[in-house]
Amino acid sequence: MGADAVFRVEGLRKSFGQNEVLGGISLELHSGEVTVLMGANGAGKSTLVKIVSGVYSHGAGSMQLAGKAFDPQTPAEAIRAGVVTVHQNINDGVVADLDVATNLTLDRLSGKGASMLFKPRNVRREARAVADRMGLTIDLKARVADLALADRQMVAIARAMAHEPKVLILDEPTSSLSSAEADRLFSLIDRLRGHGVAILYISHRMSDIRRLADRIVSMRDGVISGAFDKKPLDYEGAVNAMLGRKIHLDRVVARSSARAVFTAEALRIAHGAKPISMTLGTGEVVAITGLVGVGKTALAETLFGVRRPLAGTMHMDGKPYAPGSAREAIAAGVFLVAKDRAASGIVGDFNIERNISLPFLKRMSGFGVIKKRAERAVARRQIDELGIVCRSEKDELSALSGGNQQKVMVARWMSQASRLFILDEPFQGVDISARRDIAAKLRASADGRATLIFVTEIDEALETADRILVMSEQTIVGEHRNADIDLDRLLAEVAGGPLNSAP
Amino acid sequence: MLRDHAIRYGFIVLLVGLIAYFAVAADGFVSPQSAVFIFQSVAITGVLALGVTATLVVGGFDLSIGSVATSAMMAASYAMVVLEQNAIVAVIACLVIGVIVGLINGWLIVYMRVPDLLATLGMMFLLLGLQRIPTEGRSIATGMTMPDGSVANGKFSEAFLALGRHRIDFFIPNLIPVSVVVLVVLAVLIWFFLEYTRFGRMMYAVGSNERAAELAGAPVKAYKIWAYVISGVFASIGGILLAARLGRGDIASGNNLLLDAVAAALIGYAVLGAAKPNAFGTAVGAVFVGVLLQGLTMMNAPYYTQDFVKGAVLVVALVFTFALSGRGKR
Repeated sequence: MGADAVFRVEGLRKSFGQNEVLGGISLELHSGEVTVLMGANGAGKSTLVKIVSGVYSHGAGSMQLAGKAFDPQTPAEAIRAGVVTVHQNINDGVVADLDVATNLTLDRLSGKGASMLFKPRNVRREARAVADRMGLTIDLKARVADLALADRQMVAIARAMAHEPKVLILDEPTSSLSSAEADRLFSLIDRLRGHGVAILYISHRMSDIRRLADRIVSMRDGVISGAFDKKPLDYEGAVNAMLGRKIHLDRVVARSSARAVFTAEALRIAHGAKPISMTLGTGEVVAITGLVGVGKTALAETLFGVRRPLAGTMHMDGKPYAPGSAREAIAAGVFLVAKDRAASGIVGDFNIERNISLPFLKRMSGFGVIKKRAERAVARRQIDELGIVCRSEKDELSALSGGNQQKVMVARWMSQASRLFILDEPFQGVDISARRDIAAKLRASADGRATLIFVTEIDEALETADRILVMSEQTIVGEHRNADIDLDRLLAEVAGGPLNSAP
Repeated sequence: MLRDHAIRYGFIVLLVGLIAYFAVAADGFVSPQSAVFIFQSVAITGVLALGVTATLVVGGFDLSIGSVATSAMMAASYAMVVLEQNAIVAVIACLVIGVIVGLINGWLIVYMRVPDLLATLGMMFLLLGLQRIPTEGRSIATGMTMPDGSVANGKFSEAFLALGRHRIDFFIPNLIPVSVVVLVVLAVLIWFFLEYTRFGRMMYAVGSNERAAELAGAPVKAYKIWAYVISGVFASIGGILLAARLGRGDIASGNNLLLDAVAAALIGYAVLGAAKPNAFGTAVGAVFVGVLLQGLTMMNAPYYTQDFVKGAVLVVALVFTFALSGRGKR
């Protein structure tokens, strides 16, 4: 360990149009080491991976592999040179309808100099060799579609290893694995590390990182914001570097609430998770923060009736609340601005006005016929209130900026009064001014309801909330009033320190 | 700007141009009788096309409409000729078939997760076979011999036949066939339903972004099933009109219904630059095909060129929708 870097990136830059995504990245990977790359959404991780794996070209800067210049123009070129990437979506890495043996040797079948004829016996022999080298114990004749997710992941990695790479990039490989499955993956990674492969491991999961990392590199806003290689590794420092801590925040004056609107008692949202209990009061804005994959969206969906809790009860205004669908939640006055507006919020064929009225058409109709004048009036009022920049309420959403699209999503659910207003990652893909507008609007209108926002970025919680709850491992691990916050304690909770002892 | 106008009005201009051309080139093309004939020729496919539009709106598709129509035709004939029932029973039997097939289609697609094209393709085959079983593959007409050797003596009731043959006075005596009235009424109904009611609006939302619609509280599954029920009922109404026009349960009829109806609905995407399924467009699409065929027939174009012309129109319309409007890029 600690030998010369086998792979080196220097001053790498990348822009999409005006938008600089990578602002001079320098990074080293060493043989036989796992380097963990951490970064929030939009930090530029996936752009970096795509450049290294030959999908994107880069701007300024250079890359070197084993002392030679490395500048792949296509993914195939990167692989030939010895840099292999296993992407997050497992099914991109395997052909589901073929058997394991064929998958393991697929690249040879299609590569240069491959025989025209398909010889099953040769395929099986080669595949056996690859599997043995990896310590795979999967039946080579099994169809990949019939394998468990973890086994497919193993096949994808083994297939990547058939190229005998010098550098292996794993992009969130455990995001869809159970912890037992992840353990099998980790032992495979240990084996590869033993073979002297330099591994770049991208993940948010603190438990993975504690288990695997030899070094940690944190990214934020397109630059390396921290590199940690002194043992023992400074996990909290890494999280801090990734999430950043800007002191010049718009601080809020924390309010506290007297009357409870919503309570959850011993709610369990995942197997093996500790139960969640919380109370949300009228007039207060509560933020739940935590890393990606700690169960924030699962909790939001549970409150909104899209998901059933494994155990526990909820109450709204003292009455039992157990919504079986979004419809029932809405009827009970619980509204959700869902994460990922393009997939879960925006109706692409509808203009602003129709997107806003969508959940409340019944209240705007007589005998099923929509009162178009009422619909337009609501849309105009909401455009005005939230300061949505558009020509008119008839604009298509595709014509709006990300920030304004998000404002339309918020406007949709603020057009009627709610009892509990939930927003899941409301600031994702939103520019700073729109983010301020939305946060200000949320706080200004908070009276008469409880407001709950789920955010990964601690800054966003600090700027918006009266109270901050921290989530880790599918449960709530900390609570802070947003006044004189002990940021170190908060960060430690986000990093999951006290809860899981590092192995 | 020019491009916007081309997309928006291109197809309407094309239709007007076509009519103008035929008016000059084909004698007698411009007359009330000719106009009525065009509408009559597209009435049945038009009704089917309006139904399939409902399934297109929710992002689905219904390939079974043609065989629902012919099944309804056979059922109506069987009810009157073999079972000697009256017109009302025959009509109700047809509508019930439409509802049941729609429910089964919806159930297969929503709950059994069979892809829409495959589910309705399967239903199409099933119905094509089913409608032949009661008569062992024979067409149904008064005086036919049944499989058990008896003779069917029932008759098509006059009231039922009127649905296909009666003409209503409209300035000129005996001008407008009942089937055209049915088409116009159903077109207005489904247009109003899709454009002006919250149910129609929600169906469009389901078709555009199912998850967003669900998170906005829409009962997505119910809307999808309803769309197939609408499609089934419209197809069975088409079958009633077909039976009333033919006056017998003809095994060999209705071959073109599915393709013609789907073509009309897809041509409708291009009308007024909607780039999405819509009732007005579907109606215009049906009329467009009717005008084209009537004009060509009056200019003595051979009948076997018809399908080619329809196909060409459909391809042009799809280019309008997807390439020019840029919507297809998404």
